[in-house]
Amino acid sequence: MSEEPKVDRLIDARNTFCPGPLMELIRAIREAKVGEVIGVLSSDTGSKRDIPLWTSKAGHKLIGIYEKAGYAEIVVQKMK
Amino acid sequence: MMSKKIVIVGGGPAGTIVANLLAKKLKKEEASITVIDKTGRHVYEPGLLYVTLGDQDPKGIVKDEKDILNKKVKLIVDEATKIDTKKKMVEIRSGDRLDYDYLIIATGARLCPEEVPGLKEAAYHFYTVDEALKLKDALEKFDKGKIVIGVGGVPYKCPPAPAEIACFLDYKLRKRKTRDKVEIHYLSPLPRVFPIESIDPIVNEIFDKEGIKYTTFFNVESVDPERKEVRSLEGETIGYDLLILIPPHRGSKVVEDSGLGDRGGWVPTDRYTLKVKGYDEIYAIGDATDLPISKSGAAAHYEAKVVANNIASEIKGIESQDKYNGKVVCLCDAGNKAIYLNFDYDHPPKPTRPRWVYRLLKLTFNKLYWYTIAKARFL
Ligand SMILES: Cc1cc2nc3c(=O)[nH]c(=O)nc-3n(C[C@H](O)[C@H](O)[C@H](O)COP(=O)(O)OP(=O)(O)OC[C@H]3O[C@@H](n4cnc5c(N)ncnc54)[C@H](O)[C@@H]3O)c2cc1C
Repeated sequence: MSEEPKVDRLIDARNTFCPGPLMELIRAIREAKVGEVIGVLSSDTGSKRDIPLWTSKAGHKLIGIYEKAGYAEIVVQKMK
Repeated sequence: MMSKKIVIVGGGPAGTIVANLLAKKLKKEEASITVIDKTGRHVYEPGLLYVTLGDQDPKGIVKDEKDILNKKVKLIVDEATKIDTKKKMVEIRSGDRLDYDYLIIATGARLCPEEVPGLKEAAYHFYTVDEALKLKDALEKFDKGKIVIGVGGVPYKCPPAPAEIACFLDYKLRKRKTRDKVEIHYLSPLPRVFPIESIDPIVNEIFDKEGIKYTTFFNVESVDPERKEVRSLEGETIGYDLLILIPPHRGSKVVEDSGLGDRGGWVPTDRYTLKVKGYDEIYAIGDATDLPISKSGAAAHYEAKVVANNIASEIKGIESQDKYNGKVVCLCDAGNKAIYLNFDYDHPPKPTRPRWVYRLLKLTFNKLYWYTIAKARFL
């Protein structure tokens, strides 16, 4: 497995349903500075589809999706 | 036995139902029950949609809280300004203090239009009686142009409401025979039009059939009242002639001022016991909580039942550990038909076809609310 990136802020959105984790990420992106890296922990499988879709539409960068036991860490960098 | 003091902050559906249930379960010697509400008026918010569309007199959806509360419940019409969890005390604006043995936070959600630049000046909404009446007037005069409908932030109460008003407007404009001159454009912050994934295809089908346009992943950033444009965080701009935008919501000020809220002012609440996290004698119900479920009167009602049972049992010394399972029931009215949804933490709603009988059920419920649910009858 590739080495995991360092995040500036980690959001634990486990046990919230879709679209909870996506909305938490959107809120964090609003608050972050350009270049900052945000990780979202999500146990909702829909997040693995919706978060990359949103990230590309909004012009940010998906750094990676890292599978853990029962959840995934999705890492995004604010680009603008 | 010493009589216990139960204090409930907020007299919306959540606070009212829990107060009335407790009053039925407990004798005067067992507990005193006090509701603090800052307005003293109880608004049946599902009726706001009908006020906006001219089908409901606003007088029918607002009642005096004292007329709904059980006679055993004491009502204080004032604002709670501070909750002191160490001293187990609630302070109210008049300066009075109320001690509690049990506290129930039922303060609902607060509308914060100022959080989106331009929203207050430019946008209509229908989440209060006054705003619903303003929008009603504007819609009655509107016979051509573009109506844009969306939300200023997430979470907001009654997630289907913006999609409901889009469908309802479509229906009304067709009846008025002006639909061909009016464009309806719906903005969704999510990757789909309807918040609940399993129901999205049904609503999508209605939107496509009725020619309601939509843009997904549109998280409103600002409104430009001069250019009549809404801008999104994702970088899109959409023009409007009439804008309906539900203001962002936060938890109540007293929750924030007492250090009991999360970043959005919502109270961190155990999803099963409904106890406020870290406290054994404080509960939160209704829109005030941070629970990952639709902020709805239906959820408030089911939560109130769990909390009333558990507090009453504890006072009587009976073992009871009722748990809230996340149940929400919802009827979404599209104007001529409605969709029925029933779901909980573990079961997303099953798709059902829109039917006119569900609409009839909703209209009947709108009238029965005051005599059944609010008064905790037949629960
Ligand atoms: C247009 C619309 C349509 C809706 N349709 C539906 C529907 O079809 N079905 C459904 O289930 N739900 C629906 N809802 C949602 C439903 O109305 C709310 O979820 C419900 O009112 C929540 O009840 P509550 O008691 O938690 O909060 P509220 O109703 O907001 O009540 C909170 C009360 O607390 C008081 N308060 C707040 N802070 C203080 C303080 N510091 N001191 C004293 N008092 C305070 C407030 O004045 C208020 O009276 C709809 C909402 C809207 C706006």
